[in-house]
Amino acid sequence: MVETAASIDDVWSWLEEIPDPEIPVISLVDLGIIRGIRWHEDTLEITVTPTYSGCPATTVINFEIEAALRAKGIEHLSLVRQIAPPWTTDWLSDKGRAKLESYGIAPPQVAGGPTRCPHCHATAVEKISQFGSTPCKAQWRCTDCLEPFDYFKCI
Amino acid sequence: MSVQGLIRLGDNTLILGQRLSEWCGHGPALEEDIALANTALDLIGQTQLWLGLAAERSGNGQTADTLAYHRDAWDFRNLLLVEQPNKDFAVTMMRQFLFDTWHYEMLNALTDHIDPEISAIAQKSVKEVTYHRERSTDTVIALGDGTDESHTRMQTALDRLWPYVGEMFSADEDDLMDMAALRPKFDVHLSETLQESTLTQPESDFFHQGGKTGARHSEHLGHMLATMQVLPRSYPDAKW
Repeated sequence: MVETAASIDDVWSWLEEIPDPEIPVISLVDLGIIRGIRWHEDTLEITVTPTYSGCPATTVINFEIEAALRAKGIEHLSLVRQIAPPWTTDWLSDKGRAKLESYGIAPPQVAGGPTRCPHCHATAVEKISQFGSTPCKAQWRCTDCLEPFDYFKCI
Repeated sequence: MSVQGLIRLGDNTLILGQRLSEWCGHGPALEEDIALANTALDLIGQTQLWLGLAAERSGNGQTADTLAYHRDAWDFRNLLLVEQPNKDFAVTMMRQFLFDTWHYEMLNALTDHIDPEISAIAQKSVKEVTYHRERSTDTVIALGDGTDESHTRMQTALDRLWPYVGEMFSADEDDLMDMAALRPKFDVHLSETLQESTLTQPESDFFHQGGKTGARHSEHLGHMLATMQVLPRSYPDAKW
């Protein structure tokens, strides 16, 4: 009944197509939360790490992984939650960072704040609040074009 | 490993998370409302990790949900500080600052814990708590060194909450670490922040206790639990 098991590379490319539920411009793979994919006998095991411990998107993400892989014919699936090492924005892909900025969200910076406004690219920016519309974002403002924008916090 | 020690940490984050969520839709400014709700969300997320591990270790069929919703006040092991009512924004932010300052040092120390699961939760949580502490510190400074009105309210809040600080550093064998050892680092951050805030640290070293042992919670906890637990207690099989 089962044909050849899907290759690990295939599974990565399928997950690459699943958008983050709150920031749909980047994929789950771009976000860096898929920590491992492996076959354990006839069960496909996906290791997922949460971004923020209370982020409600985590549950939705698990549903979406399951739905996408079932649609590809995966019958036995196991999702493993891994919290250590904790997720870090260092795991965001370069592609993901570029997509965030073109979407209007300043990508995370080690310095702790955005380097420039994602709208007009001016470097004169100021913090409004350490917290924003989702756990992973802070609110900043460009003092040049005066537009507020989201900044993806560096953790 | 002491299950009680895990429950203490999970109950702190649960009760403070629930308290902060009372502000949702009532914050003094949109940004503050969002920040309080975000902090509450992080704390409830951490609760799922701590109480989840406590339930697993107790091995009697408990889950994080049964621990949160099917215990009464006398079985809770949170600090008295976190169950204190929100009152005004000054009291809420002073409570947050005092808790965050302790929580940050405590989690940092726990990242080296010998138990890998405890260390993992601490490593995850401390990243979030770093942001909490940064914000509550900034807010205490801005309001302490603000207008006459905000200064007076922040000093009143500090005086009111001061008798709940000492319990954070009381220690017994159920704790996951030596809580008393955290005091020097706590005092450094506290005095630096208060100095910049132009607030005066109270002199008394008296403190209320009975929260983390469950011996003597304040009357506020029961009222809060009545609200928090009503749905799962009325409909025990309800699923999210």
